[in-house]
Amino acid sequence: MTVLRSTRSRGIRVAAGLGVLVVVAAGCTGNSADDGTGSQSSAPRAASDNDAPGKKVVIGFSGPAADHGWLGAINSAAKAEAGKYSDVEFRTAEGTNDASLQISQIETFINDKVDAIVLLPTDGAALTEVATKAMNAGIQVVNVDREFSSPFAARTTILGDNYGMGVSAGTYACKLVKDKNLSNPVIAEIAGIDALPLTQDRSKGFADALKACGQTVDNRVAAAFTVESGEKEASNLLQAAKKIDIIWNHDDDQGIGVMQAFDNANRHEFAFIGGAGSSNAMQWIKDGKMEATVIYPPTQAADGVRLARLLVQQKGLSDLVQVEVPRRIVLNAPVVTKANVDKYLPLGFKS
Amino acid sequence: MSVDATAQNGAPGRSGSPVPDPDRQQTVAPEATHQSRFTALLASSFGRNLGLVIALVLLCVVGLATAGDRFGTFDNAMTILRLASVIGVISVGMTFVISGGGIDLSVGAIVALGSVWATTVATQAMAADVHWIVMVFTAVLVGAACGLVNGVLIAYGRIAPFIVTLAMLAAARGLAEIIAKRRTQIITDRDFIDFFNGNVMGVPVLVIMFALAAVVGWLLLNRTTFGRRTLAVGGNPEAARLAGIKVQRQTAYLYILLGVACGIAAVMIMARTTTGSSTHGQLYELDSIAAVVIGGTLLSGGRGTIVGTVFGVLIFTTLTNVFTLNDLDTSTQAVAKGAIIIAAVLLQQRVAGRSHKT
Repeated sequence: MTVLRSTRSRGIRVAAGLGVLVVVAAGCTGNSADDGTGSQSSAPRAASDNDAPGKKVVIGFSGPAADHGWLGAINSAAKAEAGKYSDVEFRTAEGTNDASLQISQIETFINDKVDAIVLLPTDGAALTEVATKAMNAGIQVVNVDREFSSPFAARTTILGDNYGMGVSAGTYACKLVKDKNLSNPVIAEIAGIDALPLTQDRSKGFADALKACGQTVDNRVAAAFTVESGEKEASNLLQAAKKIDIIWNHDDDQGIGVMQAFDNANRHEFAFIGGAGSSNAMQWIKDGKMEATVIYPPTQAADGVRLARLLVQQKGLSDLVQVEVPRRIVLNAPVVTKANVDKYLPLGFKS
Repeated sequence: MSVDATAQNGAPGRSGSPVPDPDRQQTVAPEATHQSRFTALLASSFGRNLGLVIALVLLCVVGLATAGDRFGTFDNAMTILRLASVIGVISVGMTFVISGGGIDLSVGAIVALGSVWATTVATQAMAADVHWIVMVFTAVLVGAACGLVNGVLIAYGRIAPFIVTLAMLAAARGLAEIIAKRRTQIITDRDFIDFFNGNVMGVPVLVIMFALAAVVGWLLLNRTTFGRRTLAVGGNPEAARLAGIKVQRQTAYLYILLGVACGIAAVMIMARTTTGSSTHGQLYELDSIAAVVIGGTLLSGGRGTIVGTVFGVLIFTTLTNVFTLNDLDTSTQAVAKGAIIIAAVLLQQRVAGRSHKT
């Protein structure tokens, strides 16, 4: 199972902020909404007309099979985002974990002469060739989450920050150690699939951040991004360590199983930090069952749709001085706690 | 039914076929005495393939009606055929195993292992020194070796094919993960990629490979002793043994043949994705078995049709294409696929039931 997950959330907030700006701008001026030619985005403006209807854009979207809550959220968020724009014609190819099938979907988009393709590849390297072909055919390719192996395969890449996710979790753990004045804390980690680079990145970020406050991971297990594997590995972990102070679990989907294991063993003496940012986890944070979670934004593909539209309409990101869409956007991995959970709850995905 | 008669069922009986089917009368005649001419027609290879042609034509009509300007283009046809080619080559091999009375659940895993083994640093270094054909040989050899293990355990170890190939499914993919360390291995040899992704007179090389596999498979099944032995072993192994056929050896050969087909499919997927990966070929066993079964090959063995298999593959890939063009989701497509499989098998059972009464 290739549950490569990706990234995180900052761009979303920027984008959401932009959206607000635009709405305000449109409400004040109402200038370009009726002439329907928003494409002449010449000079950068503080409040842009980026969201005003412009040239019609046909966007093809293809992602992996939604066999995981986060991936399901990726697909639905992309679709919902496209639905907000009257000038976007959105075509989805059904999700698949077969690289060969996904290649044929992209070939279909090329045959169709779509304007842009938003692609979350089932395997970045395997889709690079066909994405390059699309670029050569003059189609704007936006690469989401799993990177291609060649820079020529995409116009823009939007990614989560797996290393940053570990850093956020580790930094928050350090803060807990300091706040609670723990002298010799037991810190545990429940990772995802260990062989995946994204898991390695997350663990490295966690370890590096802990090092900053002189801590290390005392107990570590690796699950497989599924509820059952989370339950199994967390049970093992609780057996291995009689007392734990802080646990970081990489993934809120497997977190459902992890929480079940805690309940079964009636062990809640530790601060439980999650990862990804599902609505379950956020509800737990609200209810006080969970300390925090680190977001890996499931809205990357939705951002990809927006970027694709801007690229085709030759607009820039209006909060940047530069008039072109950036080559590469890495989203932030913020920590959600009881203090700010209400702000993030709308972004939470259903496991 | 005699062995010779069943052997002919794989012949392309569809209208306009250039290949004559001299023995068809033999299949139809005894049944016609018991049944109406219509059911007799259905029971013949002609009738079965006619059903598939109608299904495919219907799909194309739906495609043209719903996405005419985008469906009915040469480029789209080639997109369908390129997608069909990988699973098609496997399905041709699968036709032999199934009509020989077996089943193979490990094809996807063997494809993954072949693609990984052929793209390791060591193999690619050797390929760079010699020629990219080294990678092709590696993939085919790995496929053949897996098929040999399957075949020997099934034929001589007398373990059920379902169990042996289920074990191979787990083991081959596991080995692929170990070798690749679950990373995707990128192919650096542009000549290899350009050759297999190229076109000959506008037709993609992958599609030509599929066509060649189908033609060779058809000849092997319908025009050689090997094919007749396969159907004899699948239809009634005891009778085949009494007739002097070395049943065990023949069975082993069938799995090796399918292993080779998987090796070729691994090369094709390597070219398509420019990578080798332990995640390649997931669920290919189900796709290929489904294509073979709706094509009209009997799951219980004894009757096999390459032409039907090719239609089966094309029906599923065209269905996928029409769904993609119409922006429909996976779940709907899965339901449609399931319905097609059940309809095909129901039809087949009726046909088989009638012919057994004779």
